[in-house]
Amino acid sequence: MRRYSAFAIAREAARHHQGWERAWRSPEPKKKYDIIIVGAGGHGLATAYYLGKNHGLTNIAVLEKGWLGGGNTGRNTTIIRSNYLQDPSAAIYEKARSLYETLSQDLNYNIMFSPRGVMMLAQTQHEIRGYQRTAYANALQGVATEFIGPQRVKELCPIIEIGGPRYPVLGALWQPRGGTARHDAVAWGYARACSDMGIDIIQQCEVTAIRSQGDKVQGVTTTKGSIDCDKLGIVVAGNSGVLADMAGFRLPLESVARQALVSEPIKPCMDVVVMANTVHGYMSQSDKGEMVIGGGTDGHNNYTQRGSFHHIEETVRALIETFPMISRLKMLRQWGGIVDVTGDRSPILSKTPLEGCFINGGWGTGGFKAIPGSGWAMAELMAKGASPLAAAFGLERFREGRFIDESVAAGVAH
Amino acid sequence: MLILTCPCCGVTGEETEFHAGGQAHLQRSGPGASDEAFEAYLFARENPRGVHFERWRHANGCGKWFHAARCTLTLEVFGTYSAQTTQPPQEVLDAIAKRRPGWTEGGK
Ligand SMILES: Cc1cc2nc3c(=O)[nH]c(=O)nc-3n(C[C@H](O)[C@H](O)[C@H](O)COP(=O)(O)OP(=O)(O)OC[C@H]3O[C@@H](n4cnc5c(N)ncnc54)[C@H](O)[C@@H]3O)c2cc1C
Ligand SMILES: [Zn+2]
Repeated sequence: MRRYSAFAIAREAARHHQGWERAWRSPEPKKKYDIIIVGAGGHGLATAYYLGKNHGLTNIAVLEKGWLGGGNTGRNTTIIRSNYLQDPSAAIYEKARSLYETLSQDLNYNIMFSPRGVMMLAQTQHEIRGYQRTAYANALQGVATEFIGPQRVKELCPIIEIGGPRYPVLGALWQPRGGTARHDAVAWGYARACSDMGIDIIQQCEVTAIRSQGDKVQGVTTTKGSIDCDKLGIVVAGNSGVLADMAGFRLPLESVARQALVSEPIKPCMDVVVMANTVHGYMSQSDKGEMVIGGGTDGHNNYTQRGSFHHIEETVRALIETFPMISRLKMLRQWGGIVDVTGDRSPILSKTPLEGCFINGGWGTGGFKAIPGSGWAMAELMAKGASPLAAAFGLERFREGRFIDESVAAGVAH
Repeated sequence: MLILTCPCCGVTGEETEFHAGGQAHLQRSGPGASDEAFEAYLFARENPRGVHFERWRHANGCGKWFHAARCTLTLEVFGTYSAQTTQPPQEVLDAIAKRRPGWTEGGK
């Protein structure tokens, strides 16, 4: 792989950009791999990358039914933060956030990580207490956050209306090193680095069955034929239930549609991410100038990748009260992604009842921020059979009643 | 937009009139059941990409709970029926079989 650099741009400019290599290979699948990962979203690709980088395992295929990064990784609003309440969540999300800080250098691919700061508005007395508690918890966990007052909110984001009328801004939980990144670039950067290590990324290859012998996984059947493996990682977000069904077990999760929308581009007016959980909406401004807005989740099981329109109406209604200046903006696009939501709203990183088969899912509405940390932990889990970062997220927590009570953090906004 | 007909009061309305209540026909495990069975009752869900039996409440209407058979991929509703039953009625199963030849309950 030829490295990207300022020098490379100059070199290619001098020869009319004819010499750029393809970023990744598109090989045909082999008969057998040591490890197969199903799903080339951010989490699947990051898992493969850290299996190679941290554990020296590269006889790996990542199988993707569509195109890589075309699932939720390419559909999300890219908010990155780690201001969670419970220790296991803070640990894995902060690991992810800190890996994001240097991911561009690590992958030699500009993922445009922008630690512009994330603020979560407190608009009720209950939220003030909740976020103050989170700020204290974060101080103990080593996550840099602070609770700020309304005047500071206004300084950091002048376009906010802090006076209400219905829900005045009473303060905010502020994480200065949270922010956003370019979602496609995260998938592309990992894919390029994986391909360079010899890992095969096979697109247009849908897994249609999982084969096992006794209690042990043997391989998968795909639209490109049968492929054997010693270990299998299921990393398919909204389709986790479908793959679990193929593997013969059920999961404590359900799939729903989650929506987002963007406006026409306007001049820079907002250089932080603002989330308002009481009124259900959040917004940031992309580098192109579009206002990126996160919408709600459907209450019913849904695989349509579209979502119900009334959620858009609710979100926009809430945001217009918080940011009156956007009331005349035109919206350009709206879309949905299928997110898998667990019983306790926390992810699953786990062994499964099928030996050799592992699952990474249930990231629900908020897994983009977790991609590097999740891949890191999943790789360790698959390579060594256990991972400290993943330990609390095992499937057995549902039987044992050890839920991770993080619904404040994982309810709607992300 | 998802449109449902309440079998209790007969009103047809958009989904904003209703509240989704999750998978239908869950069987509560009795005393002495295994931990696995109780865990499955509480948390494990079918979550199919296709035919789904589910509970709904006519929240902004008559207020009654009822059941629906619906396709999660197309939002097609095969039928709605009373909540006072532990399994889908035959006419709903027939309606599904007509629209989804080859579909079997449990086998998806
Ligand atoms: C509208 C929206 C906004 C969001 N906003 C945020 C946010 O601001 N911040 C945040 O942190 N998170 C956010 N999220 C959540 C985040 O997008 C997801 O948690 C994350 O992208 C999940 O990544 P993944 O790699 O697990 O899944 P995906 O990117 O969905 O990848 C799974 C892949 O598996 C493939 N696949 C499925 N079935 C098969 C099969 N049978 N065979 C082969 N391949 C298969 C799919 O095609 C897909 O490419 C948002 C989600 C949505 C929908
Ligand atoms: Zn009714």
